[in-house]
Amino acid sequence: MTALPEYAAHPTPLLDAQRLSKLYPVKGSAKGTLLHAVDDVDLRIGAGECVGLVGESGCGKSTMVRLLARLIDPTSGQILMGGKDITGMTQAKFVASPDRGRIQVVFQDPTESLNPSFRVFQAIADPLRRLLRLSDADEIATRVNRAATLVGLPRELVQRYPHQLSGGQRARVGIARAIVVEPELLILDEPTSALDVSVQAVILRLLADLRARLGMSYLFVSHDLNVVRLLCSRVVVMYLGKVVEVGPVEQLFANPRHPYTQALIASIPDPARRREARPRLDGSPSSPISPDPNVCRFQSRCPRAAAECVTTMPALRDLGGGQSAACHFA
Amino acid sequence: MTDHLTIKDLGLEFRTRHGVVRALEDVSLTVKRGEIVGVVGESGSGKSVMAYSVMGLSDAAAEIKRGSIVLGGMDLLATKGEALRAIRGREMAMIFQSPRTALNPIRKVGRQIEDVLMEHEAIPRRDLRKAAIAALERVRIPDPERRYDAYPFELSGGMCQRVMIAIALACSPSLLIADEPTTGLDVTTQAVIMDLIRDKSRDGRMSTLLITHDLGLAGEYCDRIVVMHAGHVVEVAPTEVLLSRPAHPYTLQLLAATPTPTSTLDTLPSIGGQLPDLRRDLPPCRFSERCARKLPQCDVPPLPWTTLSPDHIVRCRVPL
Ligand SMILES: Nc1ncnc2c1ncn2[C@@H]1O[C@H](COP(=O)(O)OP(=O)(O)O)[C@@H](O)[C@H]1O
Ligand SMILES: Nc1ncnc2c1ncn2[C@@H]1O[C@H](COP(=O)(O)OP(=O)(O)O)[C@@H](O)[C@H]1O
Ligand code: SF4
Ligand SMILES: [Mg+2]
Ligand SMILES: [Mg+2]
Repeated sequence: MTALPEYAAHPTPLLDAQRLSKLYPVKGSAKGTLLHAVDDVDLRIGAGECVGLVGESGCGKSTMVRLLARLIDPTSGQILMGGKDITGMTQAKFVASPDRGRIQVVFQDPTESLNPSFRVFQAIADPLRRLLRLSDADEIATRVNRAATLVGLPRELVQRYPHQLSGGQRARVGIARAIVVEPELLILDEPTSALDVSVQAVILRLLADLRARLGMSYLFVSHDLNVVRLLCSRVVVMYLGKVVEVGPVEQLFANPRHPYTQALIASIPDPARRREARPRLDGSPSSPISPDPNVCRFQSRCPRAAAECVTTMPALRDLGGGQSAACHFA
Repeated sequence: MTDHLTIKDLGLEFRTRHGVVRALEDVSLTVKRGEIVGVVGESGSGKSVMAYSVMGLSDAAAEIKRGSIVLGGMDLLATKGEALRAIRGREMAMIFQSPRTALNPIRKVGRQIEDVLMEHEAIPRRDLRKAAIAALERVRIPDPERRYDAYPFELSGGMCQRVMIAIALACSPSLLIADEPTTGLDVTTQAVIMDLIRDKSRDGRMSTLLITHDLGLAGEYCDRIVVMHAGHVVEVAPTEVLLSRPAHPYTLQLLAATPTPTSTLDTLPSIGGQLPDLRRDLPPCRFSERCARKLPQCDVPPLPWTTLSPDHIVRCRVPL
């Protein structure tokens, strides 16, 4: 069988973002000066698929997360959820719509997103009341306890306050809150960077298990490429607001085609290569403010840059096997 | 190489409303000149508390019960006030875990770098701005000329972190204490910053204590690694030895739980149990409640150090 990307097996992807952009006006600059946080990005996530999103700090990953969860309005582009356009309604309308519960986000710092005066039970029950408008106490209790059990939180912890929990336990409360409404898509924005390796494996297995049991899809944003590799089947690499490479995880790690992806993979800390001098990415990224639409965003740092890189923006090109890259020479 | 920093039998407690937290007990380690020594262990194991006590910046609730900290022959615990501040400025610098709180919120970041450059390098006033921008560039701040004029609140957390690293390195310290310096930064930026730290150490001008929970990072950059658990040092060894022949069961579990390119989700283990509550009466081995190898004699004090080779020591009754 040929290796098709997972979403291709489904007639309609669960989530289909088309030509999505988010441009921010720049304070104190001439009118029309825009910061391109996310610039003309396509992203598809199949039902039950786990997609990794990686790239340098500031490349637009969190903006992408907020766009897909409809926490902010896109400047342009569309998001289809199960074929239905959810960008037609404003962000305010979306929050009140039944579709709101279909996408949930777990943010980086579980401590910041938990209300310190809510016990764990209330924290998990809150989205049921707010998003699903449940009011029956028995039903709420059943669902809260089921979510707590799914994430492996012992019963007695449900009556505690966030400050009485360990970091790993708080991370689980964050995930329980998100899955209690049984979303179809769970977006995790750097969920493990605050976690110790002692509990990381437990959380990752929990996510894999929820995907198998509830058929949930994931978008997993992380700096830890070894973790992305463990959990995801497909990876999307961003650079300065653009997707520069997409591919099945093993293929992309074994044979990265975009020079940025190559630098990224060469930078994963590896004790086995401690004596080697490894190639490093020189210089700093160019500015995301009013970038030249005809110049490759990576050109200023690219070891392979040539004349056409400053005259033509490379488009994502299919390289076979589900992999594509936006580089003239990939 | 001569010893540069020597911590010996350090014991530190916090007095809190809920009891005495025995945060450090019998902590000993050395950093030789030009060496990069890693300190690893789960959060809560005492890495930051130890770093702050070297800098003389411990919390008011902290009390050093015993032990000594010696830097280049100077007894740091006996040095107070202005003299200690002078050493801190000249000899040692720290990269803090929470970057935003370590920067002056009402001074432009470029100016903050100039302040330290002026104090530590003989740079003519007219070249200061250029030197500060170059320092921002070295830590990969995008658009350094524009960022020179930014206030900390205008920068992302990752950028504040890099500014703080630039400031610490601009001091040209002989000892750098880096507390999770690159946590949260992407791997390409992390690699550049760690290379910078390594280069400064390689030419013998700087010794580094690198605190991290990432064993992969410590494994790539450190000459030796110190493993801490619940306020104890449990193992010290040269990096290659620690990674290939760990002797403490906790070290082995930490290594096994760290994802590598060949790990799979089904086989990646986690570490059972949690760090013990440091306010309780604790057994001699603070790992014993989580340890599968535990024998009755593990509960008999005192817990001895076992020397496996001159530079590989482990604090376990039944080392691997
Ligand atoms: N609300 C905002 N207003 C203006 N600029 C923003 C805003 N949010 C993000 N940005 C900018 O958009 C770019 C992408 O940011 P972000 O999505 O947070 O990146 P990442 O999550 O990959 O680190 C950055 O240059 C950032 O400064
Ligand atoms: N100001 C304080 N008061 C009481 N306990 C503290 C204080 N600071 C740290 N601790 C405790 O000391 C222990 C070690 O903390 P820390 O050094 O921050 O760990 P690490 O840096 O290894 O994550 C923890 O149990 C922590 O709760
Ligand atoms: S298109 Fe050119 S500049 Fe861009 S990544 Fe490829 S070689 Fe480098
Ligand atoms: Mg982000
Ligand atoms: Mg710490």
